[in-house]
Amino acid sequence: MSYSITEPTSRQKWFAGTLVILYAVITMIPLLWIMMTSFKTPPDSISYPPKVFYTPSLEGYVNLFTTRTRVSPETLASLPPPENFAEEIVRGRDMVIAGPSKFGGRFLNSVIIGFGSTFLSIFLGTLAAYAFSRFKIPLADDLLFFILSTRMMPPIAVAIPIFLMYRKLGLSDTHLGMILLYTAVNISLAVWLLKGFIDEIPREYEEAALIDGYTRFQAFYKVVLPQAATGIASTAIFCLIFAWNEYAFAVLLTSGTAQTAPPFIPTIIGVGGLDWPAIAAGATLFLLPVMIFTVMLRKHLLRGITFGAVRK
Amino acid sequence: MTIDRLASATPVRVARKIKGLSDRAIAWIFVGPTIFLLLAINIFPLIWTINLSFTNYKANRINREVKYIGLRNYERILGDSDIWLSMQATAHFLFWTLFFQVLLGFALAWLINRKFRGNDLWTTIIVLPMMLSPAVVGNFWTFLYQPQIGLFNYIIAFFTGADPSSFEMLGSVDLAPWSIVIVDTWMWTPFVMLICLAGLRSIPDYIYEAAEIDRASKLRQFFTITIPMVLPFLMLAVLFRGIENFKMFDLVVQLTGGGPGSVTEMASINLKREAFEKWRTGYSSAFAIILFVTVFGLASIYVKALNKVKER
Repeated sequence: MSYSITEPTSRQKWFAGTLVILYAVITMIPLLWIMMTSFKTPPDSISYPPKVFYTPSLEGYVNLFTTRTRVSPETLASLPPPENFAEEIVRGRDMVIAGPSKFGGRFLNSVIIGFGSTFLSIFLGTLAAYAFSRFKIPLADDLLFFILSTRMMPPIAVAIPIFLMYRKLGLSDTHLGMILLYTAVNISLAVWLLKGFIDEIPREYEEAALIDGYTRFQAFYKVVLPQAATGIASTAIFCLIFAWNEYAFAVLLTSGTAQTAPPFIPTIIGVGGLDWPAIAAGATLFLLPVMIFTVMLRKHLLRGITFGAVRK
Repeated sequence: MTIDRLASATPVRVARKIKGLSDRAIAWIFVGPTIFLLLAINIFPLIWTINLSFTNYKANRINREVKYIGLRNYERILGDSDIWLSMQATAHFLFWTLFFQVLLGFALAWLINRKFRGNDLWTTIIVLPMMLSPAVVGNFWTFLYQPQIGLFNYIIAFFTGADPSSFEMLGSVDLAPWSIVIVDTWMWTPFVMLICLAGLRSIPDYIYEAAEIDRASKLRQFFTITIPMVLPFLMLAVLFRGIENFKMFDLVVQLTGGGPGSVTEMASINLKREAFEKWRTGYSSAFAIILFVTVFGLASIYVKALNKVKER
């Protein structure tokens, strides 16, 4: 083994490792607390001192997916025995399940709008990025800068005219409206990132294909796209995460049919105050996919963040 | 480079004549939809906002006659003390979040760059908060900040011996701005860290080796090699965080909603109130334009400074 003077000593490594792990553990506490709270009963969630050890319960999840009404003890006694665990938990609080809550629908909206806008951003973004990378486009640099500068607008500033425009076009509170809006926001970053990835693919491949009789479009489709697949995938994840997490436009432009989960989750209210386990359950279901994604795809994601920023 | 391009262009031109659309046509077909979308959802609204900013339009009164009132909205905004207070709140938030994030982000990157075992796993864990929805996470932080039952207050009380119900992070005028700074720092320090890490990793080992041969002390190496070479990266991270935090909306809405009173009413919150609660569309459009010009102006000046640092 060769000796390097720039390699840190093992004591330095140990010291650095301890501090970083300490920071990571502190960082995780709020996230762990969300997940822990989602498995508490409402009284456990607001006990003092905060409970670290408790009997786990699914009450938060049951409350998240149902609406409930309070009934008198007599009515409760006259009911047939509970059919499932959800019913049992709810009856334990002198209530019956009245129906499903809106959470399922809001979550589905997040999925539809998130994937829809990601697909559209990537589809349009890849085409534009390829053109910017390979062809001479007049004022290309200005156009690219202009595309990026649109991200400097505060979302609320954009929301005023969008609100008026959507009201006229009948796009307010629709999936299509939100998909188009998120695509417009995401596409600048998508084009920018994708152009970087496509720039890295040698032109010679396409040229060889063109000589072999492919049309330009075939060369793009059959040669460039497969090569850019990793770059496209990591760009897609960024677009998806943005659309998934977005709040400002969602809260201003949607209220019912197309409302996504982020504006909905904070409005979950239980009987007599905020139902923190239900909120935590909603937050857990909403945040967990992103966390798992991040850990699984960490190499591409972390590279994508620095790559995207440093290239600008 | 031109020779290179000429050489690579020749076979393409031959191939292009054989079949398929011309490159020029393909370029416009590929870029067209993106440009159209951006024109429709970014530029047209921007122009509309500029137009509205000269009127007394109120979006909740459709039948009212819209009058052009010249620059009166702008005059009113510049003389409005609420707006100046919101700018102050934004400045306070910007300064302290950037300060803490640069300090912590750089320190963490420097420690992670000691390459201790398992550093990529811990890096991923530290990165998790920035991937999550600020609205959903911010909403949950209000729970952590509860005076009696909140985990944050409990932990602070545990270490300081104070009564956990004696201070209200969100309810007190002195602490509320800091409660937002804490959450934002928790969320976004990893971003600065990742960019710094990219900077640190871009420094070639031989520079340190040369310095070592010249017997430069570690401290001297840190100040004459590490800091100057990471500085452009760090400045980029500050630019992105600066722009994002200037627009900050979702986290603040969830945490304090601008309160107590209006101590945390930052520019975006104020804008939302004017535009979507008081429905002063013309007035808020003018404010939106002022904000956009401010961000754009500050960012341009900053980028100039950044380029100077890069050239050194």
